[in-house]
Amino acid sequence: MKRFDGNVLFLDRADINTDEIIPAKYLTEISKEALKPYLLEDLKLKGFNPATDLMDKQVVLTRANFGCGSSREHAPWAFEVNGIHLIIAESFARIFRQNMFNCGMLAIELPRETIDGLFTRFSGKKTSVRADLASNLLLFEAEGGRAEISFTLGEYDRRLIQAGGWLEYADAHY
Amino acid sequence: MGKTIAEKIFDAHQVDNPAGDIHVIRLDAVFCHEITTPVAINDLLLRGKDRVFDPAKIKAVIDHVTPAKDSKTAAQGKILRDWARRNQIKDFFDIGRNGVCHALFPEKGFVRPGYTVIMGDSHTCTHGAFGAFAAGVGTTDLEVGILKGVCAFQYPRSMKIELSGNLPAGVYAKDVILAVIGRIGVNGATNRVMEFVGPVVTAMSMEARMTLCNMAVEAGATCGICYPDMTTVEYLWPFIQTEYQSKDAALTAFQAWNSDPDAVYDGVVQMDVSTLSPMVTYGYKPDQVKPVAAMAGTPVDQVYIGSCTNGRIEDLRVAAVVLKDKKIKDSVRGIVSPATPDIYKQALAEGILQVFMEAGFCVTNPTCGACLGMSNGVLADGEVCAATTNRNFNGRMGKGGMVHLMSPATAAASALAGHITNSPLYHGKE
Ligand code: SF4
Repeated sequence: MKRFDGNVLFLDRADINTDEIIPAKYLTEISKEALKPYLLEDLKLKGFNPATDLMDKQVVLTRANFGCGSSREHAPWAFEVNGIHLIIAESFARIFRQNMFNCGMLAIELPRETIDGLFTRFSGKKTSVRADLASNLLLFEAEGGRAEISFTLGEYDRRLIQAGGWLEYADAHY
Repeated sequence: MGKTIAEKIFDAHQVDNPAGDIHVIRLDAVFCHEITTPVAINDLLLRGKDRVFDPAKIKAVIDHVTPAKDSKTAAQGKILRDWARRNQIKDFFDIGRNGVCHALFPEKGFVRPGYTVIMGDSHTCTHGAFGAFAAGVGTTDLEVGILKGVCAFQYPRSMKIELSGNLPAGVYAKDVILAVIGRIGVNGATNRVMEFVGPVVTAMSMEARMTLCNMAVEAGATCGICYPDMTTVEYLWPFIQTEYQSKDAALTAFQAWNSDPDAVYDGVVQMDVSTLSPMVTYGYKPDQVKPVAAMAGTPVDQVYIGSCTNGRIEDLRVAAVVLKDKKIKDSVRGIVSPATPDIYKQALAEGILQVFMEAGFCVTNPTCGACLGMSNGVLADGEVCAATTNRNFNGRMGKGGMVHLMSPATAAASALAGHITNSPLYHGKE
């Protein structure tokens, strides 16, 4: 099972699409590792600089409809090879969300008010989080504050994560 | 309680129900192209599982970058080509016979009512026009589909899109779907199937229905879907005539899939299209939609007519009516890409390509090319493109470029004017 903890990158915008996460021109790469330098290269977000902002981040916190657009699994792979295995959002586009779990990565949805609250409390501060899959809790920590947020994880999604992804699961079952 | 068409298809294909509302379904077809499949092929090789569940149910095409533009895209094509040979995939379409997947595969008769289809491509929802459940998936889902012939989905919830009234002259399926997405938003149908019904859909050709379903994913939908009817039967008849005694027999069989009158929906959208005007997008999201008149005068550097949304013969015909005996503005680069070789040949036979060339358009081979900014018309920083494609995301057709989505009629008229403008085929109020 992958690790679901680390420092948080705050992406304060809804509808971030897969072309922004990894532009089509890099889809000619046939290894996941080759995508590493290009993550979020075309993200339209004021003040965002992928070179510095991605440094030492293992978790993304963002808004609604994250990962909309193309079906490219290169999008979760680009996060994966950068060491980001956990994305927390108000909602995800279907294919992106499925791709995350299919790769054994974790996509957690939280209500809008909770996401709002997390942005208000932590964005701009050096923040870390750990997902505890046994208690279904996200444990946020920053200088001068902590937060425990509960989340739900479907039984099937949990099994995919435990199996290491859909290929491993399907191979064992079908 | 009645069922929707998507629910009926799921129930007929269920293999397993591993947990909750997750259903593993059997697949009737797995479609592949050279961008998302090579990684799956390499992974299967690495795992010592270089097999396919059924070579007759796998269809593959090199379409996104063809002819190859550099060593990397050549390598992607080679991986797909070699794999298709090794695994005896007969329906593999290489250069000379290839075209944009979502235009080519329907044309070959590969999609039937009641089918389940996946492809590593988000616009797989296009094939729902035939009354099939067709969904875009990522590479891992594709890989499992290739190996096992199954895929897992949430049991489908459907949203009914009721289209009533009569489409005014000069207003097309593209304008309808842009208006619908503008109304419900890019997230408006997430995790749901968009079921398009009503007299407007019934009156549409298969080509127009494909345009409608093609953009369902731009509202977040898993699939767009139309009920099979006589139009569907007529389109498929060359491929199914040995399977059914008559067209009526085929119709009866196909219509058994149609939603029951008491089926349950998760949302209903009603739209009377009688007063709809041509639509265009203005921002970086496909739900940022305005009437063309509101954007009129916006200068464009390039006009692109093609793609799985609007690169079919009907689209080229409409554009050619607008372009006939006229010249595009000097400041505009016009590019037309017929979506498949058959469309190309047909357009050639009808003199349509002649019209495009006389007008000053460049005619390219069938390919995705500029639609996703990989070849054949990539934009420079700051350039603006009027396009009949389906995505206006930031950087989609080239870093720093801006894309305005519209119908082929509007695109052709904008090429002549040098700026966004309504086509003379539209007589409604501005
Ligand atoms: S034409 Fe464009 S949207 Fe359609 S499959 Fe090709 S790249 Fe995708």
